Amino acid sequence: MKARVTVTLKSGILDPQGKAIEGALKSLGVDGVASVRQGKVFDIELSGNDKAKAEAALKQAADKLLANTVIENYRVEVVG
Amino acid sequence: MKSAVVVFPGINRERDMARALKLASGNDTALVWHADTALPDGTDLVVVPGGFSYGDYLRCGAIAARAPIMDAVRAHAAGGGLVMGVCNGFQILCEAGLLPGVLMRNARLKFICKDVHLRVERSDTPFTRGYNAGQVIRVPVAHGEGNYEADEDTVKRLEGEGRVLYRYCSPDGALDEQANVNGATHAIAGIVNDAGNVLGMMPHPENHVEAIMGCTDGRGLFAGLVEHFSHAA
Repeated sequence: MKARVTVTLKSGILDPQGKAIEGALKSLGVDGVASVRQGKVFDIELSGNDKAKAEAALKQAADKLLANTVIENYRVEVVG
Repeated sequence: MKSAVVVFPGINRERDMARALKLASGNDTALVWHADTALPDGTDLVVVPGGFSYGDYLRCGAIAARAPIMDAVRAHAAGGGLVMGVCNGFQILCEAGLLPGVLMRNARLKFICKDVHLRVERSDTPFTRGYNAGQVIRVPVAHGEGNYEADEDTVKRLEGEGRVLYRYCSPDGALDEQANVNGATHAIAGIVNDAGNVLGMMPHPENHVEAIMGCTDGRGLFAGLVEHFSHAA
C-alpha cells in the first residue's frame, strides 16, 4: 500500500528558504511567482491493505516524528 | 558534581564538554551512549552537547530526541535533576518536549561560526550564578539553525517569568539587530523550562574555558553549576 505524507510550515511561520528560492526563480526569469514556501514529502510503503489502519499509522508517524507540530502541518494520502 | 554527557551518532562536541566539566568540577564525566536506557547512579547534571546528530536528518535533533536514553533524561528532569543542552543539544531538548519552541534556520540563511557576545539576564539561577546580572560574556557560536522561535504566548511566558537567561548583544551589552546574529525572537540565546532545571543555549561556553582558547568567559557557567551542587550537598 502506497502513501504520501506532505509536511508544510504553518502559515505565519517565517520561511527564509522559501524566500531564497523565490528570489532565485525571479533571477532565472520565471515570471509571476508571488511566493514560495518549502515543504517535505515522504513516500511510504505499508504492508497490508487496510486503508483505515494505514491512515492511523501514518497519522501517528506524522504526529510523533515526521512533523514538528509546533511549526508544521501535515496531510496524509493513501494512494492504493 | 557528577555529570553525564549524552552522545548520539554525529555529536562532535562531547569531548570539549567533558573537558570543561572536568576542569570545573575535578571529576570525570560519564559519556552515555544514546542506546543506553539509564543514566549513571547519582548523576547531578545531564548535558546534551553539540554536533550534527543523525546528520540533522529530518530536522535538527528530531531523531536524537526520540532515542532510548531520552526517557531517562526526561525522568531525571522530572525528578528535579539539572539538564543542559548546548547547540544541537538545545535543538534536541526542544524536539524532546523538555523545552518550548523550536530552533529554525538562521534568518540570513548562513552557517555562523564566530564569537558573539551574550548578556546574562539574571544571576540567580544554577545556570547563571557564576556571572553578574547584566554581565556581557564572549562565547563562540557555530550553527545554521539557531533562530529561536515560539508562539506568542510562549514568548510572553518566557519573558514574563524571567526564563530567558542569555541574549545576543553587542560588546557593550546593547540589544541591536546586528548583534542578533541568527534573527532569534527577542535575541534569545538561552532559556530554561518552567521548573528552571533544564537549560538550552545555542552558544558554546565549553569552548571558552581555558586561556589557550583565547578567552575564559565560559568558565562562569560551569563554576556556577559546581557551586550550585556543592551548596546542595
